[in-house]
Amino acid sequence: MIRSMEVIETIKMIQEECLDIRTITMGISLRDCCHSESKISRAKIYDKITRLAADLVKVGNNIEKEFGIPIINKRVSVTPISIIAESSDEEDYVKFAETLDEAANTIGVNFIGGFSALVHKGYTIGDRKLIRSIPEALSSTKLVCSSVNVATTKAGINMDAIKEMGEVIKRTAHLSEKQDSLACAKLVVFANVPEDNPFMAGAFHGVGEPECVINVGVSGPGVVKCALEKVKGADFGTVSETIKKTAFKITRMGQLVAQEASKRLGVEFGIVDLSLAPTPAVGDSVAYILEEMGLEKCGAHGTTAALALLNDAVKKGGVMASSYVGGLSGAFIPVSEDAGMIEAVKSGALTLEKLEAMTCVCSVGLDMIAVPGDTSAHTIAAIIADEAAIGVINNKTTAVRIIPAIGKKIGDIVEFGGLLGSGPVMKVNNFSSEEFINRGGRIPAPINSLRN
Amino acid sequence: MRAIITVIGKDKVGIIAGISAVLADNNVNILDITQTTMQDVFTMIMLVDIKGVTIDFSLLSEKLEKKGDEMGLSVRIQHENIFNSMHRI
Repeated sequence: MIRSMEVIETIKMIQEECLDIRTITMGISLRDCCHSESKISRAKIYDKITRLAADLVKVGNNIEKEFGIPIINKRVSVTPISIIAESSDEEDYVKFAETLDEAANTIGVNFIGGFSALVHKGYTIGDRKLIRSIPEALSSTKLVCSSVNVATTKAGINMDAIKEMGEVIKRTAHLSEKQDSLACAKLVVFANVPEDNPFMAGAFHGVGEPECVINVGVSGPGVVKCALEKVKGADFGTVSETIKKTAFKITRMGQLVAQEASKRLGVEFGIVDLSLAPTPAVGDSVAYILEEMGLEKCGAHGTTAALALLNDAVKKGGVMASSYVGGLSGAFIPVSEDAGMIEAVKSGALTLEKLEAMTCVCSVGLDMIAVPGDTSAHTIAAIIADEAAIGVINNKTTAVRIIPAIGKKIGDIVEFGGLLGSGPVMKVNNFSSEEFINRGGRIPAPINSLRN
Repeated sequence: MRAIITVIGKDKVGIIAGISAVLADNNVNILDITQTTMQDVFTMIMLVDIKGVTIDFSLLSEKLEKKGDEMGLSVRIQHENIFNSMHRI
């Protein structure tokens, strides 16, 4: 029988250290929902999602009850809508977003991802229409998330798409001005996007994925922080070992939940995403882990090294705990969703430039960053270009989820609510990148992409 | 199917009696019990078999929680596998 101490340890992790399963995400292929008539295509989309994911929320809630582990989100990701809508006569893809929103509402999920386009090498007709419709789609729906992949190591960086995304983000911010430009929090621009990521806003169901699949994203920064408290002052070998052991335990939870969900729903198990995803709750912060390693504030010199160690140890610990690992897998560093990051920005310890450096070693990129509303589209595009370059050259995923908060200045606070949290508006380098961005075209794939 | 029940709180007379009454009423078989008291905090861990249970798992969970509230204790029931998967390879 399991020992008392082990039972208590698990319960303590859940009760006091905010251990949870962040999301069960059902990936659904919509490739059989194409039709020349938009109305028919949308009806097929609605029917398929509501049929396959009908029991997703119920099963998630049952697992949560029986195993006593909170499952915070139940989500659906679908094939990038640009691919599905493209066959139709529709000009206005906002209607497809509304269909996704309705379907998500019917089945009761927290978010639906896949209002997406993959344009790392160029646009198709559907990609163009979809990207054009993003601002209105995100501000007129509640649950729909959108992502655009603008670069890969293999294809290089599509600078035309990056320029357009700068403008799209600005328009999206303006359209949701009354909610502190909240709609921008549902839009991610990626380089090297993974096809099986269960986390929002970047989740979509990749074209190489099966018909229907269950992916699970774990969490647990609080558990790692508490484990590190017990090895105060120990050397980095010990720090790494401690994080690995903890990540192993956290991931085993994810694996268990993924298997149960897959069995009960009769849907194939895809991957477990080994991510440390923070929430605004105190004690659920990635920044606090870095500070626990001995930094006065997240953002101090040494932060990048600390994050590199954390990110690597999380993967090493997690990888043996799950039969299939995928998605983003690593530590997230969103600003507004992490109490420690917010404090670090407010106190002046953490700047946009330092965050950019940190994205070289974390799992994603510049995430949930509020900048002044008057930041130009060119500057936003240039921020995306920098991130894409980091991803492309280093063979990793990078992303930008940035919120130009209309009407707000540096130091103002924007409130998104819920898991999206709230965050201070950060300073942006004001020197112009306009001429650079206006060049357009593609930055060729780097030499390290030629591996054959 | 086996589950683990944990009871945590201040020690008092009748804890085991109270909890096992709920279990007996619902045809839950107790397989093993361990208990300790650390600094006045009473901790009891029960391994139970819920194969023959007559009601829904979530209802059983609610009943145990309610009993716990009455006695000023935190009572939870969880599927055994969550502990096995975390602590056993």
